[in-house]
Amino acid sequence: MENFTPFSALAGGLMIGSAALLLLALSGRIAGVSGIVNGAIENPGSDRTWRLAFVLGLVAGGSLYLLVWPQGVTVREGFPTGWLIAAGLLVGFGTRLGSGCTSGHGVCGIGRLSPRSLVATLTFMVAGVLSTAVTRHLLGVGQ
Amino acid sequence: MIGRNLAALLCGLLFGVGLAVAQMTNPMKVLAFLDIFGDWDPSLAFVMGGALAVMLVGYPLVRRRGAPLFDSQFHVPTRRDLDARLIGGSALFGIGWGIAGYCPGPVIAALGFGITEPLLFVAAMLAGAQLQRLLMDRS
Repeated sequence: MENFTPFSALAGGLMIGSAALLLLALSGRIAGVSGIVNGAIENPGSDRTWRLAFVLGLVAGGSLYLLVWPQGVTVREGFPTGWLIAAGLLVGFGTRLGSGCTSGHGVCGIGRLSPRSLVATLTFMVAGVLSTAVTRHLLGVGQ
Repeated sequence: MIGRNLAALLCGLLFGVGLAVAQMTNPMKVLAFLDIFGDWDPSLAFVMGGALAVMLVGYPLVRRRGAPLFDSQFHVPTRRDLDARLIGGSALFGIGWGIAGYCPGPVIAALGFGITEPLLFVAAMLAGAQLQRLLMDRS
């Protein structure tokens, strides 16, 4: 537990929650990233523009952080590419099938007391814990 | 129109900075959070706690208004039923999340770091979503 960082985690969480609440108050939209991204690809016309703007903001947020505090960005080396691609496919497939991810279900959904989002969040948390246990400790992926 | 797009840009920016500050964008940190059977680092529970605290307090206040500032109505899901797609999809998502330590928001914010890993993951993620659409959406 030498890397325990509750204060930066809480500060980041408050910013994430504020961003999601602001998007709802200003645009009436749920800040679910998988849904916003898939909609940007699949929906035509004006519905696409705000989605692309949000995605651009997300990327710019990462860059702004890198610019202000470069030592805060840790780069992982040597994670196997095949596992990375497989994980990406599963995350894309699963979040579209399950109508949401950590932001849409975990933050916004539970935040508005949706029973679907509560069940979805419990499911992907448990699946995530089991998946890490199996791939890290049994299969030795990335170790 | 401009208000709506500017709002989305600024909310995305704050969201992205928050993800980086919280270290959700660091897949090693995420895997250390999910690794409760190993050297567990519970930090990221505080991300969820902080974000949820704001939403739980703010959501009823925001919904008390009839409409958002830049739109005529709120676009909020109304379904309350549980189905196999929700649970199966969330399980598949969790498996992928637990393998590499990336979920959609953080990995897109991590694109802003200009490193290769998030780029590869996002490409696969977009392909996975469209694969699901092709295989399972009837319309």
